[in-house]
Amino acid sequence: MAQEAPEEYQKYYVPEQSVWPIVGAVALFLIAVGAANFVVESVREEPGLGGYTLIAGLVMLIVMIFGWFKNQIDESMSGKYSAQLGRSYRQGMLWFIFSEVMFFAAFFGALFYARAIAVPWLGGASNNAMTNEVLWPAFEAMWPLTLTPGGTETQAMGWLGLPLYNTIILLVSSVTLHYAHVGIEENKRGQLKVMLGLTIVLGCIFLGLQGYEYVHAYRDLGLTLQSGIYGNTFFLLTGFHGLHVTLGTIILIVLFLRIMKGHFTSDEHFAFQAGAWYWHFVDVVWVMLFVCVYII
Amino acid sequence: MSTVTDTANTPATDDAHGHDDHHHHIPKGLMRWLLTTNHKDIGTLYLWFAFIMFLVGGAMAMVIRAELFQPGLQIVEPNFFNQMTTVHGLIMVFGAVMPAFTGLANWLVPMMIGAPDMALPRMNNWSFWILPFAFLILLSSLFVEGGGPAFGWTFYAPLSTTYSGDSTALFVFSVHIMGISSIMGAINVIVTIFNMRAPGMTYMKMPLFVWTWLITAFLLIAVMPVLAGVVTMVLTDKYFGTSFFDAAGGGDPVLFQHIFWFFGHPEVYIMILPAFGIISHIVPTFSRKKLFGYASMVYATASIALLSFIVWAHHMFTTGMPVIAELFFMIATMIIAVPTGVKVFNWVATMWRGSISFEVPMLFAIAFIILFTVGGLSGLMLAIVPVDFQYHDTYFVVAHFHYVLVTGAIFSIMAAVYYWLPKWTGRMFDITLAKWHFWCSLISVNVLFFPMHFVGLAGMPRRIPDYALQFADFNKWISIGGFAFGLSQLIFLALVIKACRKKGEKVSSQVWDGAEGLEWEIPSPAPYHTFDTPPVVK
Repeated sequence: MAQEAPEEYQKYYVPEQSVWPIVGAVALFLIAVGAANFVVESVREEPGLGGYTLIAGLVMLIVMIFGWFKNQIDESMSGKYSAQLGRSYRQGMLWFIFSEVMFFAAFFGALFYARAIAVPWLGGASNNAMTNEVLWPAFEAMWPLTLTPGGTETQAMGWLGLPLYNTIILLVSSVTLHYAHVGIEENKRGQLKVMLGLTIVLGCIFLGLQGYEYVHAYRDLGLTLQSGIYGNTFFLLTGFHGLHVTLGTIILIVLFLRIMKGHFTSDEHFAFQAGAWYWHFVDVVWVMLFVCVYII
Repeated sequence: MSTVTDTANTPATDDAHGHDDHHHHIPKGLMRWLLTTNHKDIGTLYLWFAFIMFLVGGAMAMVIRAELFQPGLQIVEPNFFNQMTTVHGLIMVFGAVMPAFTGLANWLVPMMIGAPDMALPRMNNWSFWILPFAFLILLSSLFVEGGGPAFGWTFYAPLSTTYSGDSTALFVFSVHIMGISSIMGAINVIVTIFNMRAPGMTYMKMPLFVWTWLITAFLLIAVMPVLAGVVTMVLTDKYFGTSFFDAAGGGDPVLFQHIFWFFGHPEVYIMILPAFGIISHIVPTFSRKKLFGYASMVYATASIALLSFIVWAHHMFTTGMPVIAELFFMIATMIIAVPTGVKVFNWVATMWRGSISFEVPMLFAIAFIILFTVGGLSGLMLAIVPVDFQYHDTYFVVAHFHYVLVTGAIFSIMAAVYYWLPKWTGRMFDITLAKWHFWCSLISVNVLFFPMHFVGLAGMPRRIPDYALQFADFNKWISIGGFAFGLSQLIFLALVIKACRKKGEKVSSQVWDGAEGLEWEIPSPAPYHTFDTPPVVK
């Protein structure tokens, strides 16, 4: 019965059984067990199977991603997807990005708390005069925290020079990616390829410079992951951001390869849009980072 | 509910809604469950997983109560006792209550909004199947040399950093997987609700279970990543020499509590908002009246969710925060009583002059309303800063959160199972067993948790395997209540197994004569695929 469908309702595509999620579940299991054992083994300097398990999990995850995405690309190319499904994917991606924002928020929160509360209080601010007097008598509050209460010394990372260049590079990459997006929408494949290629190159340059900055921090400034809360927030924020740039660059490279194969049309390009959103998000995080971690 | 369906467009009988030919037959065997993309299968998996975890976590609670049956160290080592309290909490929160609600969302949300399935069916499978692996890791960590996590489910630094064992790494990564699972599940629910509603189902016509889950999903996506952030800091503090939570490096152990409770407080509402939705379905059905104040229920739920982001530090009144912060968090916390009160008022007003009958789901719902209110009121007491100084870390707190979580969240889950089980299986469950389950649970749960208020007010600290002699009599009764409550759940297990084997009388598609909503207009048992084409909601 089910009467006739309301006019122009295109069936929502519900996939048949799929093997990839369970493969992905086993992969995550191996990654978690492997990573946990690897961490413990490397701290204790005992050789073990952790690293191998981790690598096996990562390989399996990559296989899963390829298989799963291949499925989706085949379905998409054979016209099984409705506009409604496209909306599901887009909304899903936006909520995923929101979850990423909240992940970074935890680390920014730690940074603000350390700067505005923890470090001043250790230095005796508010009603904590005795904390300073009794527990850390030699400590003076400052930011960047170049001398911790425990006595670890470091130098601060300036914002001029490398970090500024990196900021410009990432901002420009957002612009080039925007023009790539315009290219796909107006069906200018040449513009699309050039602009997307440029974005990838800029992303790689950023990562290279960021790597160089870490070497500089460790070798010349004595700024390490162990340098107290300043080094902790610096490395975890820039490190997680760098991981996201790496992931974003990989996504863009995959998109580039798909575009070379002739995928996507001016109105069917969810994967491109999702990748572009991700890249812009990573850029915005960097701007926040540049202001809050480097400048002020 | 304010949903009115166009009967002409609603499949009403078994053969009326045959399977479309493009759907294969229901797959058989293990592979059906491993590879499934069907929201009903995945809902069933979630619910069974949650039930098994409930029994495992419950067994740990039995160990705790056995140790506390008498004063002095009786049965287990203190370190093992700590592992039991820790893992009991983690399992009940992340393994029982949250997956049970996700399972209910999987089963019910698509049927309630007239969608063919969840929006992202393959991701749905993934978000379920990573959960058993996460708990495999957590449970296996108990067998690591030096024991499993023993720092409480809140894993406060420095207990989880400086003073924890090597199982901490396993704990951290298993929490990461639980978080990934919750985030993916929540994205799926939120997208399904935004994008898959049947034509005509406007937001203010959505059933309340759908509304409360929409808001819950938002909370999950907002705070689970914060939990991921804080466990990551624990990992780097313990293994990589960072000092987020170490004053010597400029950090602060209290920072841990701030970040944890920024996650933790919304998490509390994640575990209760869907319960509010469930009760808002059951009470009108068995009162044979429309829900009183539908719109105010929606607004109250949204207000509770928003307030949940600005009350976290009421868990930390004794950490030495400035007075102004204590005042702010006290007042913000007490404001939550207003929307919660609106809800309780609405449920009671729905029953007022209704034609009430006391079927099993209704019994659980009424017990929920009364006992959750008890837990809510003790929460209000805890919100008052000066008295919290007295109650903090005593059994009063344990009593409070078990009233909201056991007689609140878990009673609502049981109410939901009794309410929708006939729709899932097509048969009425064993009503006699169900009544035994209800009365045994109701009596034992109060013997278990009510005296905790008194020993808490008298100063018995929580999370300690021993206690002063004057608490001995009360603790004996608490333990007896605990064992009885534990055993009562075996009745539930027997009942559910019986129901799954299709014993019992066949039921109509409406099942309960006051039930309204799209899910009551499809046949019982609900066909494998429903609403291939959406119904029209007027």
